[in-house]
Amino acid sequence: MSIVFPSRTEILATADIDRAIKRISHEIVERNTELSHVVIVGMQTGGTWIAERLAKGVQQIEPSSSVPLGAVDISMYRDDFSLRPIVLSAPTDIPFDLTEKTVVLVDDVLFTGRTVRAALEALNDHGRPRAVQLAVMVDRGHRELPIRPDYVGKNIPTHFSDEISVGPDGVFVTVVEKGQA
Amino acid sequence: MNHLLSTHDLSIDEIVQLLELADHMAEINSRAVPKVPALRGKTIASVFFEDSTRTRLSFETAAKRLSAEVMTFSASTSSVNKGESLRDTIETLTAMGVHAFVVRHKSSGVPKQITQWTNAAVVNAGDGWHQHPTQAMLDAYTITRNFGDKESMAGRTIAIVGDIKHSRVARSNVDVFTRMGANVVLVAPDALLPSSIEGWNVSTASSIDEVVGHVDVLYMLRMQRERMDESLVISLKEYTDLYALTEERAARLAPHALLMHPGPINRGVEMQVDPSEVPGSRILQQVANGISVRMAVLFSLLGGEISPAATLGGEA
Repeated sequence: MSIVFPSRTEILATADIDRAIKRISHEIVERNTELSHVVIVGMQTGGTWIAERLAKGVQQIEPSSSVPLGAVDISMYRDDFSLRPIVLSAPTDIPFDLTEKTVVLVDDVLFTGRTVRAALEALNDHGRPRAVQLAVMVDRGHRELPIRPDYVGKNIPTHFSDEISVGPDGVFVTVVEKGQA
Repeated sequence: MNHLLSTHDLSIDEIVQLLELADHMAEINSRAVPKVPALRGKTIASVFFEDSTRTRLSFETAAKRLSAEVMTFSASTSSVNKGESLRDTIETLTAMGVHAFVVRHKSSGVPKQITQWTNAAVVNAGDGWHQHPTQAMLDAYTITRNFGDKESMAGRTIAIVGDIKHSRVARSNVDVFTRMGANVVLVAPDALLPSSIEGWNVSTASSIDEVVGHVDVLYMLRMQRERMDESLVISLKEYTDLYALTEERAARLAPHALLMHPGPINRGVEMQVDPSEVPGSRILQQVANGISVRMAVLFSLLGGEISPAATLGGEA
């Protein structure tokens, strides 16, 4: 039996990520005429660095604005405790009321949509937002819930078992061959 | 972790991780609506064969904030009065669909015994003189969060003052504090020290005056008059002269030093000063932290496996 090595492919390079973040920042400004109502909330842990960069990006486009930045931890809202271990990230940090705000919720990868569902429930415990918009660096498909992103860095069709890693240094897809763990 | 019976069951890494989880719970407790759905569908029975105010209410509050159902059993109003045995009581509650028992009993070892009669998780909420693990965890949480080093108490001096012998709090706390690197000093008359403290990594002092000026934490214990059925070689007067915290002694605490007490306080006995007048008092903070720490314990028993490694990206 031949050994198949998983192949790791770069999909986005650092420069591509910088461009995507710049573009999404513009889209956020374009779509939200009342920028004073917008807050950006990153999902712990993968979404927080993107949220920070988006907040900076919006600030550069509209220097007079100041968009509050928060982080949400969804580990207490998951629906699959029995399936996957909890990954201890940093706690939620939303030091402002979300009532009547437009929340831009940020994550690195949109996959089944279950963590987004959990995040929506978590956000509700911090007030009742006027609207929630979803920004992700990668949409890889395979949704299990009726959830769609408003801002996407890149659509990447994947196999369900592929692994995607997203960081400031790039986006990589690792194809996991059938039969491998 | 299947049960929490004793602090000895936990490694330091596991304790540090539980305290970190308690940080998450503290954030939830700081919200306007302090409730999350984490333990929806789980039933937690609080089974107390001995009186309690804070431990019982703390566990029940912790369970409710995680959306668990709470079943309350108190021995004094139960069929225990009709002669029902402990085993039958536990088996009956188990048949009702309990996922975790929170147990307090005047006899050491009862929580461990209960694990043989049920598949549910068992949490020791205090058994005789033996152990009170969640108290030690909430005290460790209070100390580490006040001093800013979340993983260690290295270099801190903690004096535990009073009735060590009858105290499950002292046994649990000595274990956790010393393993986290603290220098623990037991301050008690010989009659109120355990017959053997061999193997305990502690020193001793024979009056509160010897330690009060140079401790980082002054941990006062309650005089447990209900457990002192044997005649002890010391009168209450003698005891308070040497071991009570008076206003004058409290004034000698270092500015950064914390005053702690597991409660309930015997005012006028071990506490002759109003703790609300002592700037370093963290006694009410201990109570608030107790809820967060017990939420962490219940969640790690019933909420699934916890992985410490947080990785960047990849999660969907």
